[in-house]
Amino acid sequence: MKNKMPMLLANIFVLFIAVGAFAQEPGVDEIIRKANDAAYYAGRDGRADVKMLITDEGGDTRVREFSLLRLNVEGKDQKFYVYFKAPADVRKMAYLVWKNAGKDDDRWLWLPALNLVKRIAPGDKRTSFVGSDFLYEDVSGRGIHEDDHALVEVKDSEYVIKSTPKDPKSVEFSYYRIWIDKANFLPVKAEYYDKNGKLYRRVEAKKIETIQGYPTVVEAVASDLKAGSHTKDLFSNIKYDIGLKERIFTERFLRRPPREVTR
Amino acid sequence: MQSKTLVLIILCLSIFLLIESVQGQDERVLERLGINVHGFVDLRGGMRTQDDPYERDTSLAEVRMQVDMSKISDVATVQIRADFLYDDVPEDTDIDLEEGTGEMDLREANILFSPWMMMDMKVGRQILTWGTGDLLFINDLFPKDWQSFFAGRDETYLKAPSDAVFVSFFPDVANIDVAYTPRFDSDRYISGERISFWDPMLGRRSGRDNVVDAEKPDEWLSDDEIALRIYRNVAGYEVAVYGYNGFWKSPKGMDPQTGHGTFPKLWAYGASLRGPFGDGLVNLEAGHYISDEDERGDDPFVPNSELRLLAGYEREMAKNFTAKCQYYLEYMEDYGHYKAGLEAGQKGRDRDRHVFTLRLTKLALNQNMTLSFFVYYSPSDEDAYLRPMISHKVTDSWLIMAGANIFTGNEAHTFFGQFEKNTNVYAALRYSF
Repeated sequence: MKNKMPMLLANIFVLFIAVGAFAQEPGVDEIIRKANDAAYYAGRDGRADVKMLITDEGGDTRVREFSLLRLNVEGKDQKFYVYFKAPADVRKMAYLVWKNAGKDDDRWLWLPALNLVKRIAPGDKRTSFVGSDFLYEDVSGRGIHEDDHALVEVKDSEYVIKSTPKDPKSVEFSYYRIWIDKANFLPVKAEYYDKNGKLYRRVEAKKIETIQGYPTVVEAVASDLKAGSHTKDLFSNIKYDIGLKERIFTERFLRRPPREVTR
Repeated sequence: MQSKTLVLIILCLSIFLLIESVQGQDERVLERLGINVHGFVDLRGGMRTQDDPYERDTSLAEVRMQVDMSKISDVATVQIRADFLYDDVPEDTDIDLEEGTGEMDLREANILFSPWMMMDMKVGRQILTWGTGDLLFINDLFPKDWQSFFAGRDETYLKAPSDAVFVSFFPDVANIDVAYTPRFDSDRYISGERISFWDPMLGRRSGRDNVVDAEKPDEWLSDDEIALRIYRNVAGYEVAVYGYNGFWKSPKGMDPQTGHGTFPKLWAYGASLRGPFGDGLVNLEAGHYISDEDERGDDPFVPNSELRLLAGYEREMAKNFTAKCQYYLEYMEDYGHYKAGLEAGQKGRDRDRHVFTLRLTKLALNQNMTLSFFVYYSPSDEDAYLRPMISHKVTDSWLIMAGANIFTGNEAHTFFGQFEKNTNVYAALRYSF
């Protein structure tokens, strides 16, 4: 009995370490949930000015500039307001999105020359956003329940997760890997593999700053490795918790863009 | 003709050079004052693909510069948007800001402000739009520019400006919009000047030889228009009701003494719904047009009352490819009285006018190229109007486009069939700044 005590203590100790280690590494679903919150839901609301530099395979660059407002509403639902500033032919157009988690988004576009509020039919979320290498889903977030997630590697500072679509026919990739910063849970890189298992697309956070306590991506690049094009997103004038009212995200403010975007 | 073309080219070149040289410096000066100046230069030409004895072969020959200036402050937004153009086609080149003829077309000149939190007010020249139809309008009784539309100008020119006071209220229950136009703003209707049409009095097509002479109601405050919309969003569905009191927007009536076109009084009310359905969007709209001056429908010089219905469905068929179809009905009331009022040998319309539309839009080359096809087809009139169009944004500033307006019909007097001789192709080059 006396001899066995050290053994038992050792066993208990090992068990503690194991439990402790387990407690330190959150489960994959929790990592994904936290990453989704960090990337798309920081604060109660927020604003940013976005400059997109779209460089095609020939090296020609096009520029898109817009101001973006975001408000978190119930559950995982959100409302977005996008006010275009460049190029000249889309200037003053405004785009309103009511993101309905798990359902199609409601979307409207305001065309100033016609004073027309046009409703936009629900679309494939894996379509280019304003002709860039970013997809609509990169901007508004992909539902975390649409993929099965597996933790494939734990690095010193990052989790590497492999996400496989539950409905493979609904998307153009067979799976993607995503690198998530352990410290702040921001996704820092995602790589997409096509149906033949070949890497064809990469989205990277190039620069991260902490703004009002929220780690925030201020520079991101999406690359289409097949086409040879890439788009750089530069975010500036980022502010969180500015007290946006829900009424801004309505037809009234499509027709009369709010000061939060025109200033 | 040749010297005009030369003038056109010189004008175009000098405008381009002017913008290019001035943009850098002037922008900074204006920016300091908080005034944004933007716009475009649009060079556009088009021609009929067949002879029209009453019109020129050239359907479009113009260079247009749009200047858009706005000043946004905490108190108000001031907006001025004007087109300066050289237009070779019409004979009438005097500036008329109502009709949109001459060297200047003032599109907008207004001030927008909120007198109190639950109210917005826009006063001045403005473009007004509401309703759910796609190139079909029931409760949108704001002025349209059919000449521009049929001739191949940019689709935005289908909307003509109004001189109005637009007031919106936003109580919790619903949004209320009231548009008051103190002096009637008609459509920029088909007059024969650019587009030939069926003239029922002559029993043939008419054009430049017989331009419509219409008596437009033009008394301030008495010949006015008022339009109302009450709408709200119910769980993602936009529900609206409408009312209108004014005039038929095109000269649908006639003064039998003078033979001039008239704009009889019109009352209208209606409703619409728009929202998700299945994988797409559905829109429904109905309107009742009450032709006050011909309650019994037996006056051949005043249009009868009508019921108008519209149902549409739009969905994305594939990435960057959408399709939209619509069904539209015009139902004439008191049709028997209308028939009885027709003169012997005069071709009348059917009681029901059915129209189907289909729009296909494909974006290609990173959404820099748009291929678009729109068709109106009427099985009752046995006529159709096709609008194919292709445009390419060569750079962020330069756009090239080409398209056609194709009219076809079995009879010369039907809605689209009458324009058969106006079938045209056009091309345009646009520089935005």
